[in-house]
Amino acid sequence: MTTPKRNFGEQAGLGLFLLLSTALLLLAIAAGTGIGEMPIPLDTTFLAVTNKFGWTAADLDPIHQSVIWDYRLSRAIVAACCGAGLALCGAILQSLLRNALAEPYVLGVSAGASTGAVAIMILGFGSGVLTLSAGAFVGAFAAFIFVALLSDGARAGAGKTILAGVAASQLFNALTSYVVSTSGNAQQARDVMFWLLGSFGGVRWPEFYLALTVVIVGFLVCIYFAKALDAFAFGDDAAASLGIPVDTVRVVLFAVTALLTATIVSMVGSIGFVGLVVPHAARFIVGPSHMRLLPTCLVTGAIFMVLADIVSRVILPQQVLPIGVVTALVGVPFFSVILYRSQRSQ
Amino acid sequence: MTIEAKNLTWKIGAKVVVDNVSLKAQPGKILGLLGPNGSGKSSLLRLLAGLRKAHSGTITLDGKDIGHIKRNAVARRVALVEQHANTESNVRVREVVKLGRIPHHPPLGGWTKADDDIVDSALARVGMLERQGQYWQSLSGGERQRVHIARALAQSPSELLLDEPTNHLDIQHQIELLRLISDISLTSIISIHDLNHAAMFCDDLVVLDRGKVVAHGAPADILTADLLHTVFRVEAIVERSPHHGKPHIHYMR
Repeated sequence: MTTPKRNFGEQAGLGLFLLLSTALLLLAIAAGTGIGEMPIPLDTTFLAVTNKFGWTAADLDPIHQSVIWDYRLSRAIVAACCGAGLALCGAILQSLLRNALAEPYVLGVSAGASTGAVAIMILGFGSGVLTLSAGAFVGAFAAFIFVALLSDGARAGAGKTILAGVAASQLFNALTSYVVSTSGNAQQARDVMFWLLGSFGGVRWPEFYLALTVVIVGFLVCIYFAKALDAFAFGDDAAASLGIPVDTVRVVLFAVTALLTATIVSMVGSIGFVGLVVPHAARFIVGPSHMRLLPTCLVTGAIFMVLADIVSRVILPQQVLPIGVVTALVGVPFFSVILYRSQRSQ
Repeated sequence: MTIEAKNLTWKIGAKVVVDNVSLKAQPGKILGLLGPNGSGKSSLLRLLAGLRKAHSGTITLDGKDIGHIKRNAVARRVALVEQHANTESNVRVREVVKLGRIPHHPPLGGWTKADDDIVDSALARVGMLERQGQYWQSLSGGERQRVHIARALAQSPSELLLDEPTNHLDIQHQIELLRLISDISLTSIISIHDLNHAAMFCDDLVVLDRGKVVAHGAPADILTADLLHTVFRVEAIVERSPHHGKPHIHYMR
């Protein structure tokens, strides 16, 4: 029988792939740390990091040291966490709702987060970055609860859940526009616009701890349910007839994706397309089995976002593009190629 | 080893879909569920598989209430083949059959060689072993049903429930599939529309009408012109086939 051997081969292949892509991720983070407006030599970059760990004690320009450690490294790692988290959410929602178009924003979570953040920015409930995040978080969860109530805890079926998400998006986007157009001035409108398209500009180490914790916890929960997600391929009843507690799995995983999205959106604004594209790309690489798909999404999502962030910083001199613009501009052509090739191969 | 229902009632809102149904599957035999569209066959099968909770009545597996058995323990015993369960996912045949082993492992539990052997023999049983690497999307309707049956067999069940498995298949594939099911010799409950096929392949029949059992017994005893007239509203003559000895139904214009 050749089957066990083949399984071993598959697993070794996945291991090798994950090892390689993790190396690639580290490389991307290193590039994200090294590349920027202020040119810093590679060895300085490296020493600035090892200095902080206490492994070296090189004498560096404190400005270089600070730019590398406090600004670029934290930014690159947070970008990696956000990319990983959004890709994970996309993979989970696509499987759970059995819809190729599902992604974090399908639940209207990002629209809710925007409303929350805008309410803080313009109506001025409290002030500062922290309260803005808190506002976004409250808004995100309000949208999630709205969708959960409207779709009977997602029990009403995939189609209705997506419709509920669309309704939530419309409602919260309308609320955001209402607030902006009735209470904001031109500058505020511009700020809101920039925030809505996403930016890693404000992130530092405190965001890193939060993002890393949420992504790791979310990933572990999702991996625990990986086989259950496989069982959803043929629908809810098929999963239930394989002994999967369908309602529990659904509620837990929706809560995890809402938590992840709310955390990410409240930190860096709403970044589109990563949650949609990366899971599809990952499926082409490792197939639909979630034990393989979820780790692959995690790593490729992280790489994609770090690279997108580099592009957003260097493509225009003296200016940082909103990250959402880059993910869409890079993502759409990339996605088109995948879609075109998959149609050709069928 | 048997599955038994007593006085099952299940409603959607105020509508009674399954109305006080009692039945018992004989071990190793095929029990056919007959009835017009909307007579409650599919709902009854879902109740028996433990996917829905009856409003009243009980389902027992070897005398034990299914409500007191854990979900995945039920799934290790009772396998359900749905009517045209489909997926958009780009899965391969073998991966679909491997799903059947899910109830036999904890969420992160390991896959063993024994599981591979069970999957292999399930694939071989339905004649799909050579095509295990093929993608789901490339299969015909009949092949998909065979893969679903292989997935059900991989659950190592003692009861097999099938919801109109021959629907939309051509006649060759219908007969092939029914022959396969009768060769498997598990305790099977199968809902089916073709009365002649039911008479040929089922050991016992339960006829449902508007959720109620209107006849229960061997095909030769219950398939009568009277029953066909009252339940299905068709004129027919039922004869004993000189070829296979089972009842044969001639429909009249």
